[in-house]
Amino acid sequence: MDDGRPLFQQIATRLEAQILDGTMPAEAQVPSINELAEFHRINPATALKGVNILVDRGLLIKRRGIGMFVASGAREKLLEQRRGEFQSMHLAPVALHAKALGLTAIEVQRMLAKEMDR
Amino acid sequence: MTAIIEASGLTKRFGKVAAVDDVSFALEDGAIHGLLGRNGAGKTTLMQLLTGQDFATRGTARVFGESPVENAGVLSRICFIKESQAYPDNFKGKHVLKTAPWFFPRWDQDFADTLVEDFGAPLDRPMKKLSRGQRSAIGVIVGLASRAELTFFDEPYAGLDAVARRRFYDHLLADYAEHPRTIVLSTHLIDEAANLLQRVLVIDEGRLVIDADADDLRASATTLAGKATDVEAFAVGREVLDRSRLGGLASITVTGLNEQDRLAAASAGLEASAVSLQELIVRRTGGAEAGEGKVV
Repeated sequence: MDDGRPLFQQIATRLEAQILDGTMPAEAQVPSINELAEFHRINPATALKGVNILVDRGLLIKRRGIGMFVASGAREKLLEQRRGEFQSMHLAPVALHAKALGLTAIEVQRMLAKEMDR
Repeated sequence: MTAIIEASGLTKRFGKVAAVDDVSFALEDGAIHGLLGRNGAGKTTLMQLLTGQDFATRGTARVFGESPVENAGVLSRICFIKESQAYPDNFKGKHVLKTAPWFFPRWDQDFADTLVEDFGAPLDRPMKKLSRGQRSAIGVIVGLASRAELTFFDEPYAGLDAVARRRFYDHLLADYAEHPRTIVLSTHLIDEAANLLQRVLVIDEGRLVIDADADDLRASATTLAGKATDVEAFAVGREVLDRSRLGGLASITVTGLNEQDRLAAASAGLEASAVSLQELIVRRTGGAEAGEGKVV
């Protein structure tokens, strides 16, 4: 686990990925701070910071004395946000690579269509 | 959160050498702190001052709000695991574990038994006949099972192999989660311990050179690699800590990138990678190759 970003942001990203792929559906209970800390071998304060990013964005809900749960609509909220980032995060690097290889937009489009048909 | 340790202008001189030189900091309660630095930087001396085992030449140390020197009330709440603990002749592991509860009111015998089994610590042989790793294992067991409100581990794992060290980290995290307390971990194996730490103090030649939140420190620098022209374009107007070039490729280490910067870097085709805590600290504590590099 290390892509150069602060650890708590990486924790947040991992939780988001689990919400996005359905591993943690709406209303599902999320691992506790201590469980996250032990699993990732990080300081619990760091795990808490990561979780709080999602809490602040309304993706996770803390229920006092019970635990943390995925908010209803969390996945939809994330999907919307990720779609917004898709071009700059993913397409821009692809376009760069394609240019470097001398591929045209049409050719890339065709490849992309083929990939997505799988 | 309140400060459990407060050092103010703390100085310890041995003749002309200042082993600890005008060090001031405060550590908060209920966290795992790292005390890092090269061998001989003054880590052990600092911990001896904080645990009342040595007198400061100047300055003050307050632990639980009081001076630790000859203060039984403070010392009974502290456990200090040293790299080279001396034991009475013929003292065996079982004697160490039998006497430990006398000193540590919060001692947990069941936890100690689990740890003995887990580390495979030999209890029936004289301590001085044990290997370094075996002696370290017993020190680690005492440090963990003491559950002291304030526990210092001074290079606790000399001679422990990677598997045993991993076990130590895992037990430390799990037990800390269940029984929150304050841990000060002194080590030169920075990258191994980095993710466990909440706050990082770095000592170099007796002076405190870094006192920072571990997350902030980690986020303080990133290495970006890619085509030299793209890399240089990205570097404009940024603080560049390090720069290297190979033909048409370049890599730079820059300070503080925010999420937008990262997106910009990614869409410019630059590859981002973490600068480890160890690398950052090496620069800061005069690693030969880093020279006088300024960081953070």
